[in-house]
Amino acid sequence: MELRKNYFADVRKDDLHEIGQPRARSDSPGHVTGKTAFFADRNFPGMLHLKMVRSPHHHARIRSIDTSEAEKHPGVVKILTARDVPHNVYTILILIQIGPEDETVLADGKVRWKGEAVVAVLAETERAAQEAAAKVKIDYEVLPAVFDMEEALKPGAPLVNEYHGQNYYLYDSGECRKVRFGDVEAGFAGADYVLEQSYQSSPIEHAPTETTGCVVAPEGNDRFTCYTNTQAMFFTLDNASIILQMPGNKLHFVGGTVGGGFGGKVDVIVEPIAILGAKLTGRPVSFIYSREEEMQISSPRAAEKVVIKDGVMKDGRIVARKVTGYTDAGAYSRHSPYGAQKGAGHYPGPYTIPNVWIDTYCVYTNRTPSSAMRGFGVTIGDFALEVQMDKLARLIGMDPLEFRFINAYRDGDMKAHRQPTEGAALIECMQEASRAANWPVAEKYMTMSSYAKGA
Amino acid sequence: MAIRRGRGVAAINYPTGMNLGGDPTQALVHSTPTGNFMVTLSSVDLGQGMKQIMAQICAETIGVPTDRVVVDTADTDTGPHCMGTFASRGTHRAGNAVIQAAREARQVMLEVAAEELEVNASDLETDGQGNILVKGAPQRSISVFDVALSAHFKRGRSISGRGMFLIPRSYPEKETGAMKPSTCYAHACTVAEVEVDDETGEVTVLTVKNIFEIGRALNPKMVEQQLVGGSWMGISHALYETTEPYYPNRDHGGTDFNQYLMPGPGDLAETEIIVLERPSADGPYGAKGPGEMCANPQIPAVANAVFDAVGVRIDTLPITPERILRALKAQAPN
Repeated sequence: MELRKNYFADVRKDDLHEIGQPRARSDSPGHVTGKTAFFADRNFPGMLHLKMVRSPHHHARIRSIDTSEAEKHPGVVKILTARDVPHNVYTILILIQIGPEDETVLADGKVRWKGEAVVAVLAETERAAQEAAAKVKIDYEVLPAVFDMEEALKPGAPLVNEYHGQNYYLYDSGECRKVRFGDVEAGFAGADYVLEQSYQSSPIEHAPTETTGCVVAPEGNDRFTCYTNTQAMFFTLDNASIILQMPGNKLHFVGGTVGGGFGGKVDVIVEPIAILGAKLTGRPVSFIYSREEEMQISSPRAAEKVVIKDGVMKDGRIVARKVTGYTDAGAYSRHSPYGAQKGAGHYPGPYTIPNVWIDTYCVYTNRTPSSAMRGFGVTIGDFALEVQMDKLARLIGMDPLEFRFINAYRDGDMKAHRQPTEGAALIECMQEASRAANWPVAEKYMTMSSYAKGA
Repeated sequence: MAIRRGRGVAAINYPTGMNLGGDPTQALVHSTPTGNFMVTLSSVDLGQGMKQIMAQICAETIGVPTDRVVVDTADTDTGPHCMGTFASRGTHRAGNAVIQAAREARQVMLEVAAEELEVNASDLETDGQGNILVKGAPQRSISVFDVALSAHFKRGRSISGRGMFLIPRSYPEKETGAMKPSTCYAHACTVAEVEVDDETGEVTVLTVKNIFEIGRALNPKMVEQQLVGGSWMGISHALYETTEPYYPNRDHGGTDFNQYLMPGPGDLAETEIIVLERPSADGPYGAKGPGEMCANPQIPAVANAVFDAVGVRIDTLPITPERILRALKAQAPN
């Protein structure tokens, strides 16, 4: 890595002692010698292991649940179903007033995705819990499922989630988050070329080294200590408090070093049910995802579809951009209404465009619920935007890097969401890229600046 | 049939912190009797090194070496609230909270030192080595060690501070979408070079040159590890990863690292990282959040390079050999 101190030297003081120094990490010796403690290093006498019975169907009504055989399995201590969970229907963003509550801790009457948790088995060993889980008998009536966002949005599509009442998240702005800036249709009408293209992605796994999990110990003072690798301590504690209808002062969450998160550990899935198990049995409980659960059960990055329509002039100016973004939330909200909305704030990308129209939808399907992941709401949008930029440049016969200079935002430029640009640095990144990659551009672009025009 | 070479570029920006704000983080700082400093948080270190960065920020602000600072975090019984470690917010939000707490503690430290040296606190400065000096007369000094002992056992002062950082929540206007998504943005530009085998559809990423503008590299070695890792993740997203390769048929979803396709060491490109620093107005020492954005520009850069190499657009991720071959076949003259 190289630091290029010549850029922005006029707005930066390099007079610091500790900041900017490549100090060795104080925790790295522990990591490389195996001494760092992770949550799963906690082991308590009498600790129970929790395994989930999961839905084999994408969408089904639960006619009956029979746990009698499983209860007789050697080593089984407790079996939990929906009726054991004090506040079974929840949604995590209720803490920032983004409802409605739309998800069950344990399925109640219905499953909405393949892999949904229905019954929790607590046993003396992981093996006993796994074997007993296989003996739980659930009678399902399979329902029609919808897997495609466009299909889900059509009239007459199977309703995925009754708590929403329609297959999209209803924002205060309606069926999507909207940004309206200038007159996009007039922009298209006056453009030399109009290009509309569609981009798609598939769900992606966070692939942390350490799988999601927690270990819960009941304390002598009627409190519960939850050792967890959540990315958000109080967010998880407060949601657990709601789900368990247990005052927050009864809960003590202990984290530490986490073996990679990437957004995969902000969903509050394992902690509430493990604490409930500890409460109802009076014994410590361990609930740790297998690698298979981490990859196929825990929320992935959403599948997305992005449609971009641009009006561009022969001289390289983009005069209008319309973006329609679809985020596949799967069966439940989790963080997806937030992610889709974040996209609306991100488009049309780091470019100054006078006419912009943005709609971002959060769509429900019978897919594995998606949620936060590194670059949430933006990563796939950037793929779409920057491939579109390449296509536009080639359409008008312009160098793709020069084309970006023409449209790059600078300090003071008004963004589509009506905030003036501050602290821009796109131009300088591209100038350095031109040098580093030996990708020459015209001199006038190499002398441009992100600072306000005329400043 | 041939190996064809291409290159592509992408440029991006990325917001720091939770979209629309409203995501507070607090910090507490106090000195021990011998002049070491404890930073107490509930933020989570995801392995990216948050504890180390918070220690350096506290040390810089108080004016002592980093090894005099210990960070105690991720315990809800002791640490004040933090929204969490996500949305590229850890360094920015918690760092600002630590600065505020450390400034308050530093002020008490200087007041105690001023009493010991019989000067005004405003006439004192720290040397960054664990000493407090009279400005212009550095021979008149006292160690932080002695100041802390005095504060604890003689003067009855608590060298401590409270820090809180919150960007007030913005609510999007319903019809226009007028809003304030973020207060500062990191930037990047990536150029990728690839080879595509037009017989097998296989893509080899040869080089990735990443330019990242991150406000301030608080610890250059640590930000390098994050930026390089992010760059690899971008390649992985571009070419390999999906949990549902044949959705809605779930039979082929990967269930372990043998099945879930990611690049191995031999698949990773020669990676170059260049960092620019335009300090942000509200970042701790100007820092922005580089954690997420560093994995984004490689995806479109690789996609554009594939087009440059073989002339087909793959607009669906991941860009698999199968998709490339199908596109080449569709494009071929019959």
